[in-house]
Amino acid sequence: MSRFEVDGSDVLTAFAILTDGLVYAAYLFIVAIGLTLIFGVMKILNVTHGSFYAFGAYGAATAVGIYANADWPAALGFLFMLAFGMAVGLVMGVILERGLLRLVYGRDEVVVVLVTYATFLILEDVIVLIWGPGSYPAYQPLVSAGNTEIGDLVLSNYDIILVALAAGLAGAAYWALKFTRYGRLLTTVIFDRETAAAFGINVTLVYTVTFIIGAMLGALGGAVMAPKISVTLGIGVEVIVLAFAVVAIGGMGSIEGALIGALIVGICRAAAVHLVPQVELFVIYGVMALVLVVRPYGLFVRAQPRKI
Amino acid sequence: MCHARWTTSALVAFAAVAAIPAAAQQPATVKLGIVSFLTGPAASPFGIPGRNGAEIVLEALNAGKAPAPFDKVGFGGAKVEAKYVDEAGSAANVVTEFRNLVQRDQVDAVVGYISSGNCLAVTPVAEELKALTVFYDCGTPRIFEEKARSYVFRVSPHATMDSVGAARYLVAKKKSITSFSGINQNYAWGQDSWRDFVGAMKVLAPNAVAEKVLFPKLFAGEFGAEISTLLTSKSQALHTSFWDGDLESFIFQEQARGLDKRMTIIMTTAETAMWRLRDKMPDGTIIGARGANGPLARDTPINKWFHQIYTDRYNIPPTYPAYQMAQSLLGLKLAYEKAAAGGKPNADAIAAAFKGIEFTGPAGHVKMALGDGHQGITETAYGTYKFNKQTKQPEIVDIIRFPAECVNPPPGIDADKWIAEGMKGAKC
Repeated sequence: MSRFEVDGSDVLTAFAILTDGLVYAAYLFIVAIGLTLIFGVMKILNVTHGSFYAFGAYGAATAVGIYANADWPAALGFLFMLAFGMAVGLVMGVILERGLLRLVYGRDEVVVVLVTYATFLILEDVIVLIWGPGSYPAYQPLVSAGNTEIGDLVLSNYDIILVALAAGLAGAAYWALKFTRYGRLLTTVIFDRETAAAFGINVTLVYTVTFIIGAMLGALGGAVMAPKISVTLGIGVEVIVLAFAVVAIGGMGSIEGALIGALIVGICRAAAVHLVPQVELFVIYGVMALVLVVRPYGLFVRAQPRKI
Repeated sequence: MCHARWTTSALVAFAAVAAIPAAAQQPATVKLGIVSFLTGPAASPFGIPGRNGAEIVLEALNAGKAPAPFDKVGFGGAKVEAKYVDEAGSAANVVTEFRNLVQRDQVDAVVGYISSGNCLAVTPVAEELKALTVFYDCGTPRIFEEKARSYVFRVSPHATMDSVGAARYLVAKKKSITSFSGINQNYAWGQDSWRDFVGAMKVLAPNAVAEKVLFPKLFAGEFGAEISTLLTSKSQALHTSFWDGDLESFIFQEQARGLDKRMTIIMTTAETAMWRLRDKMPDGTIIGARGANGPLARDTPINKWFHQIYTDRYNIPPTYPAYQMAQSLLGLKLAYEKAAAGGKPNADAIAAAFKGIEFTGPAGHVKMALGDGHQGITETAYGTYKFNKQTKQPEIVDIIRFPAECVNPPPGIDADKWIAEGMKGAKC
């Protein structure tokens, strides 16, 4: 097929795929970064991450309810919503890490996964106890952001904010890991826990702080998505699967991996929805399978030295 | 010796007290198992309204306060006791709970089930246990098309009616439609709804083309790419059978990008969301209520009664799952009373009386016309949503009603075949 003329609608479709891919990637990145951090440092596959997301979303919905009734300006309300969601994540992280995970460190990995999975199931019911089975709309930030028209395509400004937030988060994570003392400690522990401990690093403290940061990031993911979705039971489940796929592609423990993984998945999925919608469901896992065939530990995992 | 005397007199007293009920000749109670989603994403839009509908109707029946012909206390004079069971869990769990209700709790009938998957799983078990079962919400036409059933009934019409009704309404409102799209959840409900809708559109508007056919994952929640696809399409209408979280997320996200201003959106289950969304539901949306339920119900005395008792108790108007539950219980009651002419009837007698029964409930007239008298048909209605800014209340305007035989297949033919062959025999 030779086409020397590019159709205007083709350009629009390509642009739409790019923007949709970026928005979806932003969503995936914000959700996956906490998961990959916890796995990288603590080597724990944290299924409870879905609960952090859900609690963050419910917390955000509650916050939106508070500020919408009090009639605050939109920007302040948005920041309040994010802060509230992250505070919920902080509380949950502290309770879970100190109260539960501490007891299973050093155990078999399967045991730890089971514990986090069981916690996730319990927390799903805790949500019903606290917020009831109804759904909570939190659309005010989405609506007050307005939209931007580009030809036939209409973009929601909230989505643009989402992309900016994800980029900011990626930048902040990169800076923190490379240029702060704590970040370098974290990197060391990710590399090799035993050697780090041998050098006198308080690995237990690093674990605790990492888990709490991971929880807050998971909750932030929920908080930032809450205005776009209907906050209801079951939102945590869907998200875990996606987050795992992204982390598997990018490499467990790698922030750059989570970013690239999210971008690959986001753009592939957007392309599928626009061009070949029948494979949309399969595309994410297809990409994951392809990557894992070539790089079984994900794209950005450093070569592991063989240990004797 | 004191001790022995005390024990003996206690025993005598106990025996005397225990003998009183037998002496007073209490009528037996009727035990029902009511199954719906009490937790999980389907709880808020369907499970809880269904459960509340059961609770309020059974209360009214037990007090003898329902309008004629439902005015006998309970079922035929016997008070009704309900056990509410959560439908959540795998199909295996659901079947286990069903067996518990029938064999351990010895209920006289089970009324429930929202998920078509669960209905399909429970049906053979109900037939095996000879347990009278009434499905109140699940939509798959397959239950009575696959095999003849003896103990399983469904008063509520199946999902084909919703899709055919939607197509008929759309074509009535937009006669010159040339292109439409669909966004439905990628599982049985979404796939079947779209298949029936497209099939009906082929018959009613052969020149219209199905442009974008989108099937996002169930509970995907994020529809940015889908909305972009639709914005860059040329469709004049969009069909969706989305429900609960997906529906509300989709509405918030599409409104932020003005999709409803580009094309008319048909939401076949949106009636369950309209009271929650209120001014956030876009004006001009075509709303379905899976029958003449809720605001699409006719203004009859029995509907007014049901609407009143439900709203008084739960502070929100009843939506279609509540109506479906009410219709199911009232149909079961009438069958029970028809069979109870000579004492407490057994499952066979009630089933024989239920077969082919006809009655009028809050959602209109029901005829158990399909599936050899086991599957009900009613009329349906579709309307257009409008949020009244003066009264601040949701309203449905431009209601068009379609008679039962216009939107339901006739007996003896499978629903999808009926549509594919041009909906022959439809009486509009």
